[in-house]
Parts: sequence; structure tokens; C-alpha cells
Amino acid sequence: MCGIVGLFLKDKALEPQLGALLTDMLITMTDRGPDSAGIAIYSDYSEGNGKLTVQSDNPESAYPGLDSQLSEALNAEVSIRVLDTHAVLETAVEKTAQARSILTTLRPGLRVMSAGESIEIFKEVGLPKNVADRFEIAKMSGSHGIGHTRMATESAVTTEGAHPFSTGPDQCLVHNGSLSNHNSLRRKLIREGVQIESLNDTEVGAAYLTWKMQNGATLGEALTSSLEDLDGFFTFVVGTKDGFGVVRDPIACKPAVMAETDQYVAFGSEYRALVNLPGIEDAKVWEPEPATVYFWNH
Amino acid sequence: MQTYDLEANGLRGLNETLHAQSETTNQTVWEVVNPKGSHAIAVGLDAPIEVTVKGSTGYYCAGMNQQATIRVEGSAGPGVAENMMSGTVIIDGDASQYAGATGHGGLLVIKGNASSRCGISMKGIDIVVHGNIGHMSAFMAQAGNLVVCGDAGDALGDSLYEACLFVRGSVKSLGADCIEKELRPEHIEILKDLLDRAGADAKPEEFKRYGSARQLYNFDVDNAAAY
Repeated sequence: MCGIVGLFLKDKALEPQLGALLTDMLITMTDRGPDSAGIAIYSDYSEGNGKLTVQSDNPESAYPGLDSQLSEALNAEVSIRVLDTHAVLETAVEKTAQARSILTTLRPGLRVMSAGESIEIFKEVGLPKNVADRFEIAKMSGSHGIGHTRMATESAVTTEGAHPFSTGPDQCLVHNGSLSNHNSLRRKLIREGVQIESLNDTEVGAAYLTWKMQNGATLGEALTSSLEDLDGFFTFVVGTKDGFGVVRDPIACKPAVMAETDQYVAFGSEYRALVNLPGIEDAKVWEPEPATVYFWNH
Repeated sequence: MQTYDLEANGLRGLNETLHAQSETTNQTVWEVVNPKGSHAIAVGLDAPIEVTVKGSTGYYCAGMNQQATIRVEGSAGPGVAENMMSGTVIIDGDASQYAGATGHGGLLVIKGNASSRCGISMKGIDIVVHGNIGHMSAFMAQAGNLVVCGDAGDALGDSLYEACLFVRGSVKSLGADCIEKELRPEHIEILKDLLDRAGADAKPEEFKRYGSARQLYNFDVDNAAAY
């Protein structure tokens, strides 16, 4: 099943409430996906600053001293903000690729959840409420965010199997549905040199979009070609540095509802997820069309 | 009028209360407040009562309805009035996928648009949509009438049996074994009655009728090689 929520703010005055609004939406979608939850939040963009969100199964040993060791190896300033099993490392944006490769030797086993200038991804196994509490998502501010509650069908209930998946710098993907050609597509992408970590179908979808974009497609073009190349059921919501997009497969059996006001554009797997948003009574509410790419940008 | 606050008193209590109404009840008018997109509102009713839901609903609102008149003052989620037997269901806004699926009788009116699979496998229900309908509508529809004042999406009436489909606007594509048919006086009468009961401002003569070519559901020896 799975539940998706998304909120893209047009009104800056709502930004301090982004985390609280998304948390409420996410928890409402618990019965669509009680086994894991995750959120991608776009916040605190500042020119020249890069962020890596990492996850460790052993945060007590992984994070102490990591900022100073990484700083020394990079010869640049590094800050660390630890949130439960995750940590957000910040340094100069041009150093993030190097930092990522240093981390593989400095802390083997550390997983990079997201990289970019604005994005932070937090995801774990457990009830959405518990996951949101562990990361204190309700306290977060930001310009837009996407959340996912997972009911696993295609692969194990693990942190790596939880959504959102990173698809590139400041980009992420969440998925409701199941892809039926993910095994053959995974083999094809691996032959093309794309790195895929898990047996999860959505990770293949994310890797597919990344691969398309590395070969020159825009995100919109990559999403459009996904309608041709991916077989199965999907409602995808993607996040970018300054916007978010929605696409459903041509059969469109996975539910999707959107709402728009002067203050925001919101996405929910069900209308229930949207009912506590400010001004929802007067919002334009509609169901996105099948096989149609929607996009909103700042 | 009886008012039920769904948020305060819960779904099970609502449906139990509505199920307890019989044909002789004097509590004939009900209002459900704070639906907030909840699932399975006013499901399985079997009494001639009027229920108005003050807001949008989630999955399966008014499913299996008999006798009751249920109005949603908002939009309805997937499977509204699924397997309805009799009575009337009116949606003031839009309806999500498979509205009126497998319905045996009664009237479903959607004042906005209906999305995909509207009237899938309908078995005698009448459905009037003031707006448009999505793809694969009336798939395997067996009996009843589907009236669409707007446009229809892809694959209308795929593998259709004996349901009658009437569309005023364009049809993006017809499904397998669905063809346009002549609109005869008896169809004008059916349309007139349904449009009138659904409060739709459209002229019966403006509609086109679609039905089954009856090539698919009987075995044809010439098609043997296809199996």
C-alpha cells in the first residue's frame, strides 16, 4: 500500500511550521504504511554550503569526533548535527564529493542518505509517529518536504528499503506501488555502471532517474521517459532543490490527491492527510491525471 | 434532524446508529459532521433515510446502500457507492476511481468529475456524471445506464456486456468490443428521466449512445486461433 505526503510552501510565513504540518500528514498515513517512514526536508539553503545526511547503525561510535576528523582530511570546516541514527554534515559545497569518498574509509558502514545544498533525508524502520519523534521532524522548518509511510511488498523492512531515495544532488523520490520489471532494469543499470545497493524496486526507479539525468535528461524528461521504461504500478513524488513533481502510471490505481491554495501545494495519498492544513476548506482539490507529469517550482 | 459528529464519536458508532434505523423510523434525516476524509462512511444502510455528509469522504462511502439517500457535500474517495443495491447517492464534488463499481441498482449522481474505472462491472445501477469520467470506465459493465455530460477517457466500455453508455462530449477511445449505436426514442426517454432525476442541465438529443458489439462475450469459432 504505502502512503505519500508532500508540502510545497508558497507562503514564507508558513516555513517555520513545515515540519509540524508534514508530521501531522505523515502520522495520518500510518495505516497505509506502518513499517517504516521517512521524510525529505528542504531547508536552510545558503550559498556555497553543502550538506550530507548520513545514517549509522551504531551512532554512538560513528559520530563522536567525525566532524574534526573529516575537517582535517578535507582541510575545510565541517559541522555536524546528530539526530538519532542520522547526522547532517555541513561543509563547503565543492568539498562534498570529496567528503563522501573520505567517509567510505573514515567510517565504513556509514550510509549516505542525501547530498546537496538544501536536502536532508531522515528515514527509519518503525511507526511513522515514532520515526517523526526520533528525528524531531515537527520542529523543522523549510520550504518544502516529502514524506513516506511504507508497507513493504518488494523487499525487506530495513532502513535502506525505506523511502525517500536520493536520486542525485538535492533530489529524492518516494513511491507508492510496485515495479514489476525492476530485476531486469537493475541488471541493465548495473551494466551501465550505476550503483544500486538493495533489492528494493523503488531504488531501481530512483537509480533509473539518476541515470537518465546523468545522460543529459532534465528531471521532467526523466519522469516522462519513466512512463515508457518502468512497468508496474506507481505514483511517484519527486523533490528538487526548489520544487516538487508528481507522476502516476497510466493505469493510475495508486491513489493521489492534490490541494492548492495561495499558501501551498500539497500532496496526499488520501484526502485524510490534507484535512488539517490551513485553509483546506477553500483549497482547489483534485486528483492528478494518469501519465501526466506535474511540477511546481519556487 | 439528527446530527452525528464523526470526529468526536467515531465511525463504528455512526454505522451502527444508521444500521439501527428501520423502515418505520421517525429519525429520517441525518447529518454527519467532521467527516475529514474518513473511510466507509454510511456503509450498508437499509432504510429510507436521508444522510448528508458535511465534507469530503475517503474510501467506500455509501457502499452497499439500500433505500437510503446519501449526499456528500464535498468530494468522495475511491469506491463511492460500490455495490449499491437501491436508493440514491449524490456527490456534490468529484468522485475518485471506481465510483459505483459493481452496483446492482439505485442512482449515483456525481456533480463534478469521476476519475478512472467509473461504473466498472456495473450490474444495474444508473450513474449520472455531470462532468467528465476517466479511463477504463464501464469496464465489463453488465447492466444499467452510465450517463456522462462531459467527456470520457480512454478505453470506454472495454469488454462491455449489456450496460448502456451515453456520452455528451468526446470519447478519447473506445475499449474492445464497445461501439457507437443508434440513439432511439426509447433511449431519449431513459436519458430524459435520468437527467431530470440527477438535476443535470443537458438535452437528451445531445448524447451519443455506446454499447456492446457482442463480438467478445460469445465464443466465435473464427477466433479459435486467438486462444
